[in-house]
This record gives sequence, C-alpha cells and structure tokens, in this order.
Amino acid sequence: MARSSASRTGGSARRGGTTHHASRGHGPLTPYLFILPAFAIYGAFLLFPLARSAQFSLFAWDTVSPAVFVGFDNYLDLARDDVLRSSFGHAFVLIFFYAVLPLGVGLVLAAILNRAKVRGMAFFRTVVFLPQVIAMVVVAVAWTRLYATDGSINALLDLVGLGEWSRAWLGDYLFALPAVGLIGSWVETGLVTILLLAGMGRTPQDLYEAARLDGAGAVREFFAITLPSVRGEIAVALTLTIVAALKTFDLIYMTTRGGPGNSTTVPSYQVYYQAFQLGQVGTAAAIGVTLTALIFGINAGLTHLADRATS
Amino acid sequence: MISRGERSAHYLILIVFSIAALWPVVTILASAFGPAGADAGPGVAGLHPENFATAWREGHFTQYMTNSVLVSALVVTLAVICSVLAGYAFGTMTFRGSGVLFYLFLLGIMVPAEAIVVPLFFDLRQLELIDTIWAVALPQVAQSIAFGTYWMRTYFRSSNRSIAEAARLDGAGSGQSLWLIELPIARPAIVTLVVLVFMWTWNEFLIPLVMSPSGNMRTAPLGLAFFQGQYSTNTALMGAAAVLVALPVLVVYLFLQRHFIQGMVDGAVKD
Repeated sequence: MARSSASRTGGSARRGGTTHHASRGHGPLTPYLFILPAFAIYGAFLLFPLARSAQFSLFAWDTVSPAVFVGFDNYLDLARDDVLRSSFGHAFVLIFFYAVLPLGVGLVLAAILNRAKVRGMAFFRTVVFLPQVIAMVVVAVAWTRLYATDGSINALLDLVGLGEWSRAWLGDYLFALPAVGLIGSWVETGLVTILLLAGMGRTPQDLYEAARLDGAGAVREFFAITLPSVRGEIAVALTLTIVAALKTFDLIYMTTRGGPGNSTTVPSYQVYYQAFQLGQVGTAAAIGVTLTALIFGINAGLTHLADRATS
Repeated sequence: MISRGERSAHYLILIVFSIAALWPVVTILASAFGPAGADAGPGVAGLHPENFATAWREGHFTQYMTNSVLVSALVVTLAVICSVLAGYAFGTMTFRGSGVLFYLFLLGIMVPAEAIVVPLFFDLRQLELIDTIWAVALPQVAQSIAFGTYWMRTYFRSSNRSIAEAARLDGAGSGQSLWLIELPIARPAIVTLVVLVFMWTWNEFLIPLVMSPSGNMRTAPLGLAFFQGQYSTNTALMGAAAVLVALPVLVVYLFLQRHFIQGMVDGAVKD
C-alpha cells in the first residue's frame, strides 16, 4: 500500500456535521507559520519535482549531451512505440486483476458476511488485511515461490488432475501477466472486503428488516439495498486499487523485470528503465506525467460518479 | 432467520478466504525454516532457524536494517510534526487562502512516486545530495505530509473545540493550547499516522532504489532485491531474508492493527 490513495471520494455525508468553530485567538500570521514547515518540504520535494517532470517531458535528453526541446514528441512516442504502448495496455490488464476482480469477490464476500454476525470476524479482518502491510518485495518472493515449477500452484494442479497445465508461470509469455495480476488480486481483495463491510455495517438495519418482511431473498436484498448503500465505498475501493495497479513497480522489478520479452512491462517499470537504464529521460518523464494524469482523471471520474449517486 | 446450513456456509467461506490470505505467508515461513542446502544437517526438530543468522550475515542486513531504521525514524518524525502543525492550522483557524492551500496539499496524495523520482534524481545529484539519507527521506516526508495534513485536519475539525476554547479564554496562545491541551487528546489519531507513515517508509522501494545508486543508503527491501540477485535458487535463505524484511511492520501490525485498518479505511473514506 503506497502513500498515494483515494481522497474526498463519496461516503462522507453520513459522518454528520462537525463541531468546528473557528477560534480567532491567533495573530494574522500564526496559521501561515504553522503551515510553513510542511509546505516548505512538500513544495521542494513534491510540487517542484512534479513541475520539473512536466518540463523534462518536453525535452529529449540522454543525460550526457545538452537537452533538445521536442515539444510533445515524447508523448507521441508513448502511442507510437510498441513497447511503451503495450506497457499501458498491460496496466489496464492489471487494473482488472487489482480492482475489478477484488471488487466482485469483495462485494459477494462482504454481503454474505454482513447478513449474519458470525464469530471470528476480528480474526478474519486481521488475516485478510495482512497482505496490505507486507512489503511488496516480500510478497513477490513468496509468490515467486508459489509460481515456481516445483511450487504449490503446480502441485495443486497436479492434485486435481490438471497436471498438464503446470508450467513456470512467471516465465510464460501468455501467463506471466495474469500471474502477476493475481498477486495484485491477493493483495487487494482483503482491503476491498473490509472497506465494503464497514460501509454495509453503516446501512440502517431497518431497511433489511423491511425488505425481509416484504419477502425479499438474499439476492434481491443485495441489489435493492446493499449495493446502492455502498456506492461511496465502491468508488473509494476502485480508486485505491486502480491507483495501486498503475503503480505496480516493486512487484514487476522483483518477479519478471518486465519479461519474458516485454510481456509484463508496465508504465511504472518503464519510467525507471527509460530514465536509468536507457538514458531516455524525456520519455521517462512523459510516462510519469501521463500516469499522474491518468490517476487524477480516474479519481475525478469516480468521485463524480459517487457524488451523483449520493445526491 | 439465518439457518444452520447458512451459518456453516459462512464459516466455510471465512476459513477458505483465511487460508487463501495466509497461504503465501505460510509458504515463505516454511521455506525460511527449511534446510538451506544438502549439508544443512538435521536442524532443531527438523527446523533450521540458523537460516536467519546466515541470511542476515550474507545479505549485509546489519547495514540495510540500520539504514531502514534511520530513514523511517527521520521520515516519521519530520512528517508527523509538520502534519500536526499544518493540520491544526487547517482544522482550527480561519485565514485567507486556506482553501486553495489545502487543495494543493490534497493533490500530493494522488501524485505517484514515478512522477517525481526522475527530476529528483538529477536535481539532487546536482546538489550532491544523492546517496545521502536526505535524498531517500525527504521525498517520502513530502508524500507523507500530503496524507498527514489531510488526516490531522480531519481530526482537528471533528474534535471537540470547547476545551480549546476554554484554554484560549484562559489566555493560552495557539502554540500553547496545541501542545498542552490538543496533543494529549489527539494521541490516537497521531498514533495512527505514525504507524501508517512507518509502514509506507519501511516498505518503500522505488525512492530508495533511485536515490541511492551506490547502495550507501540501501534500505531493507532493496537489500532483499539485491540478495535475490545472488541467492535466488536458495529458497531457504531467500525465505529467511524475506521474513526478516517483513517482520518489523508485521510486529507493529499485530499490536496496533486497529490503527492500520482504521487509518487506511477511514483515511480513504472520510472527507
């Protein structure tokens, strides 16, 4: 889980009003002095380099000879270059595994668990949330083990009689990307489930009682009450997981390094590879800026959807 | 009413998903305690805890863990102090430009490290700061401040202002009332921020990778990646090294898990 995350997305109104009253017992400069240390570091090490990235992205620079202004050429390269274009394609495949799949599983899982208060929920929460706190490099080492030719995935296939499917999953042109994606599903499903459970827990119980009196079954209850009431949480879950998918760097670096061939290369990895291995600094900056724009766009879009749903 | 069959189904689902979540963790623990080679000997009751000592020594983890501890301490200290001060101003004071300034901070929550590492590397190299703790820590402080300011503002806005008002009437200044009255009450929110920033910093990979090309300030996760380059075929030592890297955050998680879950779930949902 990285620092970049969702914010200001739906599900806020039900927290109620604040008891906030502005205290004016301070001089006119006091608030600015309080903000100054935070802003100085934030400005110098985040806002400024972000602006510099945008600037870098308009130049062709190999770190040795002088930079040459090329306008939007680096951005056009993202569409023209096969490897770079495919890296964005791979990122969208990862979005399916990081965001869509966990959301589907999480919705069903949370809805079932929400219907009955079962014992052991505290333990369950601790366990399914665990993947979120383990360093991605460690997750990568564990899954490399599971996907190895003598790992438990192949052993499991053998066990159920699908032994002919077994292979070195991370070295397979066709299956390496879904294999990496499934690691993302494993990491994100717990987070999504807990987010949705929290949302469902806030849904007024009398809605369910009314529905049950009307003779609604579990499925109708889900679509009529549960799903609409967690729209805000769905937007948050999608934002968090899509951002995580777009920022897949450690996992690729540790498991496949973009290979075999370029079959698992992603924009995050290309930023590093272009800038520090190939010396294509402008291209790397353009990928970074495009990723940021994508994240902002997706966040804004989902916030809009959640707001429209709640109003 | 929930039938007995449905109840059993619930437990079955809980068990299946718990196993799925734990399986990779169990796998890595099993390899960590397995024999590291043909000459590993019988071990202790079939287990090989000596792998951890070997992995620590061979992987130079004394240096990498020290770096990780130093970087984490620096990032947590700076980020939390700055965030509490800024969050307090945004949450309790009215001033011109507060809206715009706050949105500027919010922006940073969404900016990925990928968008800033490239210019940071070349600019900090120019300033001869590359390969120092500052190059590794300060960009992470900046990222944490974006979330931390937002988190502390939310807390201060919703906290009970009447005690602070009373303190002000008694003649306490802003700094005094923050230090003496607000902070003790705000402790749970601050603890959550501390554990989240600690986890993010300990687990961070891209920033230390780029900012310390010589390996001088290589942190524990990078040490693991480097170790993999040499010992990728030795699953026992790889497993042991991986457990060592994950352990500090896991220990904190086991004791303060409420803070992790609350911070990551509420931090995302709350306005």
